[in-house]
Amino acid sequence: MTPSNVAQPAADDPIRVAAFEGRIAAGETIEPKDWMPERYRKQLIRMMSQHAHSEVVGMLPEGNWITRAPSLRRKMSLLAKVQDEGGHGLYIYCGTETLGVDRHDLIDQLLSGTAKYSSIFNYPTLTWADMGAIGWLVDGAAIVNQTVLAKCSYGPYARAMLRICKEENFHKRQGYEIMATLSKGTPAQKAMAQDALNRWWWPSLMMFGPSDKDSPHSAELLRWKVKRKSNDELRQRFVDLTVPQAHAIALVLPDPDLKHNTDTNHWEIGPINWDEFFNVIKGNGPCNRERLEARRRAHAEGAWVRQAAEAYAAKQRGRAQSTAA
Amino acid sequence: MSNDAKSGTDGQWPLWEVFTQAKSGAPHEHAGSVHAPDAEIALQNARDVYARRGEAVSIWVVPTAVIAATSPSDTGPFFDPASDKAYRHPQFYKVPQGVRVF
Amino acid sequence: MSADPVLLFDYLLGLGDDRLVLGNRLSEWCAHGPILEEDIAVTNMALDLLGQASTLLNLAGQVEGKGRDADALAYLRDEIAFRNVRLVELPIGDFGFTIARQFLFDVYSFHLMDTLQACSHTGLAALAGKCVKEDRYHVRHSGEWVIRLGDGTEESHGRMQHAMDKLWPYVGELFQPDAADVAMTAAGISPELSTLRGQWQLVVQDVMGRATLMVPAVVTAPPPGIRRGSHTEHLGHMLAEMQIVARSHPGAKW
Repeated sequence: MTPSNVAQPAADDPIRVAAFEGRIAAGETIEPKDWMPERYRKQLIRMMSQHAHSEVVGMLPEGNWITRAPSLRRKMSLLAKVQDEGGHGLYIYCGTETLGVDRHDLIDQLLSGTAKYSSIFNYPTLTWADMGAIGWLVDGAAIVNQTVLAKCSYGPYARAMLRICKEENFHKRQGYEIMATLSKGTPAQKAMAQDALNRWWWPSLMMFGPSDKDSPHSAELLRWKVKRKSNDELRQRFVDLTVPQAHAIALVLPDPDLKHNTDTNHWEIGPINWDEFFNVIKGNGPCNRERLEARRRAHAEGAWVRQAAEAYAAKQRGRAQSTAA
Repeated sequence: MSNDAKSGTDGQWPLWEVFTQAKSGAPHEHAGSVHAPDAEIALQNARDVYARRGEAVSIWVVPTAVIAATSPSDTGPFFDPASDKAYRHPQFYKVPQGVRVF
Repeated sequence: MSADPVLLFDYLLGLGDDRLVLGNRLSEWCAHGPILEEDIAVTNMALDLLGQASTLLNLAGQVEGKGRDADALAYLRDEIAFRNVRLVELPIGDFGFTIARQFLFDVYSFHLMDTLQACSHTGLAALAGKCVKEDRYHVRHSGEWVIRLGDGTEESHGRMQHAMDKLWPYVGELFQPDAADVAMTAAGISPELSTLRGQWQLVVQDVMGRATLMVPAVVTAPPPGIRRGSHTEHLGHMLAEMQIVARSHPGAKW
């Protein structure tokens, strides 16, 4: 979210803020026309638009393999999955628009590079096994996040998440199925699966964001129930779910420190390389430039199409008026 | 309707609200929104976005700009007066014990 | 009269390959469409076409009786064995070219499937019954877009006219009967392609008229030596990409 085009909010009336926070505490849902603190609106626009951008940019790494999918069944599942991501971007953009911003402006922010999106999509998809790893890990992590977001305090966001969670059910399964199939396939296939897991494991753990103590927005977002669980809690949940899944298909997680804590019954991971994370966020990931360029190209090359449809609609309205007159 | 808003610019087209009917006889319910330049494309986009898993047998699209809605400040005068009209609800009426009413 | 299985196999391959190649071409738009809504719409059509291809190729494999399924036929044949028309293998071009090609094919496919759903081959008839519903929507979608782009801005009109002019020489192949077509027509399976061309022309002329586009000329026969199964240089590149993973790991399951 660019701070530049968000009007500086007038200091919110503390009485209204207190009433608002009372509603949140009571578990009420905030709807578009309800009064809300400017800061709440701003934070939601930031989070929701980042989420929408991530869905749309997230189409690219997997889109890279649609024409090479090794069977018709895989081709169709992948195509349907990437399409779903477009749909999910669309739902969330629409949800964001209820906060008084235009999709047009949000997309401008993405294309101009001022908006953020999930860093995971700045990694390259190098082999077919990456389609498995992304579905299993990246969508797996997204589902953990989104299941919780479906209970967030802002109605349109929560409803979009609900729909998305329902639809994304198959994404993770198709990814895991690809990995399982490769893992019990030829030695080359198994090596491909292990290599993909090695490359995607750590970035997918980073998807939950920095540790709570280093996450600038966390406390406020939790109080307003925009976030419902902390980054670390969600990451832990993902790890606990995923480790046994890796074991079940005989793949090795690339973490020598990974161990099961029998007291807490949690899987404990080794240290995450946050330098890498912040470096990718800053634009220095392997594919940042390519991803944005691809979006810009699609947008620029589609301009004449969007304009033509508008021009035609305007002509039709003119024709209807002159017939009526 | 005011969907000329972005004409001639590089807009994302006006916004439409989508209502889908899950099966014949069911009410149309709000499913979400789409952007579209006109009603025909709005219907097609709604079909492709909100009915690609067979969720609908019928779709309505309405330009978002023409929807009128109550505002939160209406909540009191619009809805509170209805909340004490117990006689509008069947539970208000006593029925002798053991009798099955419909 | 029942159809010669070799020619029936050829015929089904033609139907399947048209849809496989066009579906694969359309899928290239996924994540690169002009606007999010249309990205989703084009992908839906690609999915329909790939689904149709998959069932048609499976049926072809059954008719052939050599144990080849749709995947074997899609991934393990060389370009010269593909039986699609050249129209569907041309690169996607700009969005106008994609939509124009789609429309010209959709109208043909709709009328073809509409006839096939009542044909004497029960398996194919059932398949066609499913295809015809999807195709009817495709005609609506691509047709409405031809109208909007044709009658939109000066630029969009120019692009659409250019696309139609470029595509026109490839249209004749759709209606040029080969040995398989002749045999299938005789067996009461396939319609007369000349009848199909008449139906096609009516719809195409109507929509192009509403789109303020000039119909280039009457549809003529393809150039000498060109028939269904002749190819441009583009198909090989498309197949090289499409088949690379499957062919690099012989016998592997995916």
